[in-house]
Amino acid sequence: MAKILMKGNEAIGAAAIKAGCKYFFGYPITPQNELPEYMSRELPKVGGVFLQAESEVAAINMVYGAAGAGARVMTSSSSPGIALKQEGISYIAGAELPCVIVNIVRGGPGLGGIQPAQSDYYQSTRGGGNGDYRTVVYAPATLQETVDLVMEAFDVADQYRIPVMVVGDGMIGQMMEPVEFKEPKKRNLPPKDWATTGTKGQRKPNIINSLFIDPKELEDHVLRLEEKYKVIKQNEVRYETYNLEDADVVVVAYGTTSRVVKNAIAKCEAEGLRVGLIRPITLWPFPDEAFEKISDKTKGILTVEMSTGQMIDDVKIAINGRKPVYFYGRTGGMVPEPDAIVAEIKKIAGGEK
Amino acid sequence: MEERVIMAGFGGQGVMSMGQLLTYAGMIEGKNVSWLPSYGPEMRGGTANCNVIVSDKPVGSPIVTEATAAIVMNRPSLDKFESFVVKDGNLLINSSLIDKKAERDDINAYYIPANEIAVELGNGKVANMVMLGAYLELTKAVKVESVLEALKKVFGKTKAHLIPLNEKALERGAELIRK
Repeated sequence: MAKILMKGNEAIGAAAIKAGCKYFFGYPITPQNELPEYMSRELPKVGGVFLQAESEVAAINMVYGAAGAGARVMTSSSSPGIALKQEGISYIAGAELPCVIVNIVRGGPGLGGIQPAQSDYYQSTRGGGNGDYRTVVYAPATLQETVDLVMEAFDVADQYRIPVMVVGDGMIGQMMEPVEFKEPKKRNLPPKDWATTGTKGQRKPNIINSLFIDPKELEDHVLRLEEKYKVIKQNEVRYETYNLEDADVVVVAYGTTSRVVKNAIAKCEAEGLRVGLIRPITLWPFPDEAFEKISDKTKGILTVEMSTGQMIDDVKIAINGRKPVYFYGRTGGMVPEPDAIVAEIKKIAGGEK
Repeated sequence: MEERVIMAGFGGQGVMSMGQLLTYAGMIEGKNVSWLPSYGPEMRGGTANCNVIVSDKPVGSPIVTEATAAIVMNRPSLDKFESFVVKDGNLLINSSLIDKKAERDDINAYYIPANEIAVELGNGKVANMVMLGAYLELTKAVKVESVLEALKKVFGKTKAHLIPLNEKALERGAELIRK
């Protein structure tokens, strides 16, 4: 299929529908509004339902219901809206239901602003809701990658019966790039024999539940979830690396920031500096293994984020004390500039830090 | 080849569509492209701008901080973006609405009375296309034919009758540069 030029938010909607998403429940918030707008126009054409809920809490619980009935379902929002959805996300994780949640991140805390930010890293990877649970978190950097990952997210959700988050920001949502819709690699998806589709008097009722009063029963349940998360860690980690073999400095960045970092690396290379990159594509599971590929001669790691430093925790866990880890970031909707990143890289390369 | 362009003006001057057409045309030619709009709590009559990259290489950051060219349609845009243009870069100024000259002498400034030309052509709305025509003549970032092909797709059948007018506007912009 030929490439088409699309706005990020609309491309996410188109990818979801191509992946068989039939239901969308949401509540408006900038900078993701083009996505529900697109779904409201396009879902009815494929026999689906778009519904603007009365609140984010209502929307995520509608997702809970539709997922429990076995449907491919999605919601989207931006940071404070995702905060409101956390209760539902925890329930969905506890009840082991598949769904896709898109967060087009804006600056925070509170209502914050509407410009690009990455200050929801903790919220995305640590779980803003209660309990021992994880969500798979994808952080695409280009619109093509966004489209690919949204399509795959539905399969991953179904395969593991888990909520999957796709995290972008206002830049990903608002910009236009050429995209091509390609089928994700075929997965062997289990039948949804747990869905509440009606017994028709022929089987025992299926029950969707996250309440376990008996602590032993709950522990068994949580440990089973943990086993599932281990399998996901083995199979679903995604990342991109660049020039780790002989880098003096390795930069770690994801999403929008990784694109700015690539410009910064090109500038450094023009001056003869050797700089590597680790770009996590899954924020959870975090690509720990990528850090094993860092060369002994590397002087330090620079984490660049649009936050005051959240992913840096995972970078430190992954590097496990083998190298010093430094941080550079802008926050509140400010995007780091290549020259500022170059200056930080030079400080580390030159032993100034 | 990499063109990094800032297009700016006030809402309604067609700076977003001008950028999208360049992006679309670049895509038609198989180049790597990105289009990034400013967004925010904008008000009517406020400023609007977009960043366009057309490149032979994959696009890194879609944010243009070092512009190879800036197309400014009104005075606030000139004030804001003149400093973004790289040394020896191009600054295209809509002299119909901007009575000020460029302050820098290390860039190439071009003064294009885009609104007057558009009105001469019978439709003030094509001022953006006059500017785009001038820009394309200067940089050859994409072929004019590709822009026309993009226009066909954007306009569809109902607005196809507007294509000759837009083509004329592109040509008038180009003429000014050739002179």
